[in-house]
Order: sequence, then C-alpha cells, then structure tokens
Amino acid sequence: MTRIPPRCALMYCALAIAAVPARAEPSGRIYITNEKSSTITVLDGRTNAVVDEFETCARPRGIHFNIDRTQFFVGCADDNVIAVYEVATASLVHRIRKMEEPETFDLSPDGRYLVVSNEEDAAATKVNVETGRIEGEAELGEEPEGVLFTRDGSTVYVASEAANLVHVINFADMAVRADIFVGTRPRRFALTPDEKELWVSAELAGEVDIIDTATNKLIGDILFLPPGFRREQVTPVDLLITRDGKTAYVALGRANHVGVVDVASRKIVEYILVGKRPWGLALNRDESLLYVANGLSDDVSIIETKSRKVLKSVPVGLVPYGILIDD
Amino acid sequence: MRAAAILLLALLLLLPAAAGAAERAPFAIGYLEIAGDPRYVPVRNYTGLKLKTVKRPFSGAEAALRESRVVARALGLTLGLERAEAATPATLAAAARTMRDAAGIRVFLVDADADALLALADALRDDRVLLFNISETADRLRRADCRANLMHVIPSQAMLGDAMAQYLALANWRRVLVLRGELPADAVLADAFARSARKFGLKIVATKDFVLSNDPRERGRNNVRLLTAEPAHDVVFLADSHGEFGRYVPYQTHRPRPVVGSEGLVAAAWHWAWERHGAPQLNQRFEKQAGREMRDADWAAWAAVRLIVEALIRTGSTEFDALAAYLKGDALTFDAYKGNPASFRPWNNQLRQPVLLHTHNAVAARAPLDGFLHRTDILDTLGIDEPESSCRF
Repeated sequence: MTRIPPRCALMYCALAIAAVPARAEPSGRIYITNEKSSTITVLDGRTNAVVDEFETCARPRGIHFNIDRTQFFVGCADDNVIAVYEVATASLVHRIRKMEEPETFDLSPDGRYLVVSNEEDAAATKVNVETGRIEGEAELGEEPEGVLFTRDGSTVYVASEAANLVHVINFADMAVRADIFVGTRPRRFALTPDEKELWVSAELAGEVDIIDTATNKLIGDILFLPPGFRREQVTPVDLLITRDGKTAYVALGRANHVGVVDVASRKIVEYILVGKRPWGLALNRDESLLYVANGLSDDVSIIETKSRKVLKSVPVGLVPYGILIDD
Repeated sequence: MRAAAILLLALLLLLPAAAGAAERAPFAIGYLEIAGDPRYVPVRNYTGLKLKTVKRPFSGAEAALRESRVVARALGLTLGLERAEAATPATLAAAARTMRDAAGIRVFLVDADADALLALADALRDDRVLLFNISETADRLRRADCRANLMHVIPSQAMLGDAMAQYLALANWRRVLVLRGELPADAVLADAFARSARKFGLKIVATKDFVLSNDPRERGRNNVRLLTAEPAHDVVFLADSHGEFGRYVPYQTHRPRPVVGSEGLVAAAWHWAWERHGAPQLNQRFEKQAGREMRDADWAAWAAVRLIVEALIRTGSTEFDALAAYLKGDALTFDAYKGNPASFRPWNNQLRQPVLLHTHNAVAARAPLDGFLHRTDILDTLGIDEPESSCRF
C-alpha cells in the first residue's frame, strides 16, 4: 500500500491518492464521530472494544469512505471543514476547507465528488474530492440534512429539515429537478436496491415516507409506535435497507428503539430497545451486526441482526453521531 | 453560429425561471405593533447600567420569512411580510383593515399587551382575520378573556409557572419561599406560580413582599437575609419583573438556597443556549440576521410565521378559511424546535409547546419533565387544561 505522509500539501496528497491501489485490506476498525466531544472513537471490530479515541475537528458528524476505502471523510460543522483521514492508521491526510457547516454528505459513485449539505447556508455543494474545490451548488430549504446518490450518479436527493422538503437534484448541473413535500422534519434516506422507492425519515411526524422515484410522488408511509410510547416520543432519523432489499432498520430517536421493517409489506416486525436517542446506524459487511449510535447515552449498541438482540453496548465519546465500519 | 447557439441556450435556461417567477402568486402576512410600547423602553439603573433591553421581535418574523423562501418556491408563492406601526392601541384595528384592503392580508402577528390585543380582537371579530399573539403571556387572554380570532404562540404565564413547578417537584424542593415585588406584574408572576405550586403539590411556606429601599425602618422588607431567614424552605421563588432588587437575591440568602423565577433558573419559551432539536441552527440563523440573541418573543414571531407557512404547505391553499381550519385543527404537527410537535389547544387557542428552564448560560431542563403524565398529550401538563378552562368562544 502506498504510504501517505501524515502532513502533506493538498496537491501532493491528490497525487498520492491517485497512486493508491484499488482496494486496501480492511483494518477491522470501526470509527465513530462524537459531535459534542469533537473526537473520533475507534473500536476493534473483532472484540468491539474501544482501542482509541482521538481529537478531530469541531462538531464532527457525517463520516464516509472514499471510493477505494483507503480514506474516510469527516464533516465538522463548527470548523467548516471536511477532514480526510487514512483508514488504516487514522492519520489526518488533509482538510477540505471553507465548507459552510457540513453536516452530512454522500460520495458520488465514481468517487470524484462529495455532495455536502450545508446546514447554515441552505445549500448543497458539489465538492471535487481531489482539488477540494466547490464546483456547483443548489439552493435548498433551511437545514439541509440527508444526502443520497442514485447508483448511476445522475441524481442526488437532499432533505431539508426545516422546509419539510425532499429536493431531487440533477447532479451534473446541480439543478433542482423537483421539490417534494414530506412529513415534518425529514432527515435521512434509503433507496430500495431496485431504486424504485426512496424512503425518507420524518423525525417529528414519527414516520418514514415512501416516495416513488419515477413520479416523485409520495406513495406510502410507515408510522412507528413502540409499545408504551406516544406519537410525539417517536423521532426517526437514520435508516438502512439491507442489500437484499428485504429489511429496513430505522433509528427511532427519543423512543430509544430501532424499528425493523419488512420492506415488501411495509410492516413493522420488531422494535429493539437500544440506548438513549439512537440516530446513526451502520451495518457490517455481511450484515450480521447493526451498530447504533445513541446520542444521549454516549454509547453504541451492537445488535445481532439474526436474533435482533443487543449483544453489547460500548461507551464512546459525547453525543455519538456517525459510524463507519472498515471490515 | 456558435455564439448564437450559446445565446439560445442561455435564453432557454432563463425561460423557465422567468416563467416560474411570473406564475408565483403573492401571499402576505401582516405584522402590527404600537409606537412607544413601554415594554421596549430599556429599564435603566441610575449608574447607567441597562438592566433590560428588549428589542422588538420583528426580526424573528423576518428570519422565518427568509428561511421559507425555498418552501415558497416549491409552493409557487411569493411570501411577504408587511409591518405597520399604530400610533396608539386604538388605531391598531384601522391599521389591520388598511393592510387587509390593500393587500388582502388576513393573518397578522400582533406585538401588543393584553388590553390592546383584546380591543383589536373585538374590533376585528367579524372581519375574518386571525391574530397571532407573540409577546403577551397574561393568563386572562387564555381564560375568560379568550377570543376565537386570537391565537397565542407565546406560552402563557400558567405554562411558565407549571414548568417551574414541575422542575421543583421533581428535584423534591417542595417548600418554597416566595419573594414578591410591588408592581402589578410581580403579583401576576407570584399568583401564576401559586397556582402551579398547588397543581404540582409544592408548599409555599410564605409569600413576602419586598421593597426596593435602603430605609433601616423597612429592613424586614428590603434586606434579603432577613427576608429569607424564616420559615424554613428549600428554594426561593422570586417575582420581580423590574429586576433591580432581584439581581441581588442570589448568594445573599440567609440559608444556602437556590433562587428561581425572575433570577437564577428561569422558565421561558426560548433561550440562546438551547442546543437540541435543531435549536443551534435556528439560533445561528437568527443571530446572523438580527445581530443579537433570540429571545421569547423573537421565537414566537418566528414560530407564528412558520405556522402560517406550514398551513400553506399542508392545505395547498391560500384561502383564509382553509388556513384557519388547518391551524385550529388536530392535524397540525408543528416543529417548534423544542422536540414535541406543537399544535393549538382547541379550548383556548394556546399553542401547546415545551417550556425551557434556563440559567444565564444554559438550559437546565425542558418541561414537561419526565414522569409528569397526561391522558392525551403530556404538553397539556403545562398551562390551562381543558377541564379547568373558563374560555368560551
């Protein structure tokens, strides 16, 4: 593997990145951003024990791999920076600066661009990963949040929390193709593997709205209500759909549960009790384990997906947000 | 040839935008206030210190309008905010009618005190308008003096008192000594808290009137140590709307007891240090626009505009009757940036919402607090609930 100097000029780094081989050996590490302590916690994926916690930029939230999984990006809202780390060593490679309050983002399928939601700027920006330059911007509703590319990279969806809108953006020119009103406070997305349905969590409505991607119309919703909870206590945020398209996992925020949904029937099949205010979700490579970041109990719950039982909960930093699994 | 093609392309790109703008229908929201409103005269101390500087909450409405521009794009509307200052409370209704006749405005944010609000609501009773109270907390507007066309976005005094009482009950600081100032507003604060104390099982061990003076003959009423010597209590509730006496109460008490109410821990609709439920983003947007921190009435003005915009979104209509019916109905799940979805109580038009309990630089708790239950909506543990409502529209 090409060695990347820990501190290097932007251009030199770009060359170094280009020289990296296609797929690095997985490090077995799990990285968790802690938005209040401005740190990243590192777990050993085999033992799920904390092996490191290091300082990063201020208010780190979204975390994503680059195309060959040799590096990862961390969006730091309070520093207006996206920091780039080497996956194997967690050493800082460089920083993409002058990002307005980056919260979450997604990598284009060709690996060349990030589309970043700028929470304060009511915009989504198209950032060239190599140069760090902004090459396009879409004006959106306030507090843009979840970002998701389609597989072909032609379209990117961005949710605006405060505007109750899902924006359908043409990636090439960052033109907004459609604005779709959804439930109150839309947060994150998942696409079904056939990309016919876009699922979006509506935090204050306590539901997941389902959009038909062909017509950009709402075609259904799933209302979550774990036993003993009232509607206003259920605040879904992150959601994932498994690779086979059969199961969806939805983190239910203040309801302290993860909802398990049968995608075909849209029926909720189980509620799994986790820590306080779960938001961030991540599945490991074989989808046997689901990691859940509990923002208000400062820990991560690890769920065995087969038995739908919590195996372990691991204390991390303050207000854990995003999870990245290198396995 | 090539230049012509580029020009043509540019025109094609421009066309949809221009067409879109032309198709947008205007929708305006009114904003009414009164010249020389005494609530916005800074309270000064003789040394030149300003004890309180309260700015007009118009900035809150502006911030809400600004953040609704993409929603307006999606709705095909051009949203506007029209501000009018009446010379006296008596001319408020005329100002509202002028705006209605000139721009078809039927929804108004009103920044006025209880008497002015009541007079305005009565004058416009048959005018098919909706008025949003953004700054007056008086309970009587939610009780006998309620009006069908008057919606309360700012929490009532009863809600603020209940939030504090919940906090004290949960902390098990149940014996409360009340210190009350001489102003009518101080009596309002103390009475509201007394009602809340009864509701949540606190015991007010004594209510003592203080005076702002150095007269040794009045030391029983102007000396904090003497005022707080007895009877035994867990916490001091201070009712001091002016603030000059109250700022010397914390750390001056006879016993080491926390001070709440007008100093120390304060119940409020909003605070700049609130850091959950999207609040940091709202606070940052507001500060960027207004150059100051967001306060209760700023938040209420912001919320009122956002409520109206929410009605535009969910009804897909700009018709007054549709908007009013939606806002008063039970489908409303308004994002107040305080967690629980907010909606208007049908029995008195009060926006049910969480209340923040803050110190000078932190939000210590958000009411309703854990463990306080209600048969329908825990937000209705705060304020005047349906069975006790004396409001008849």
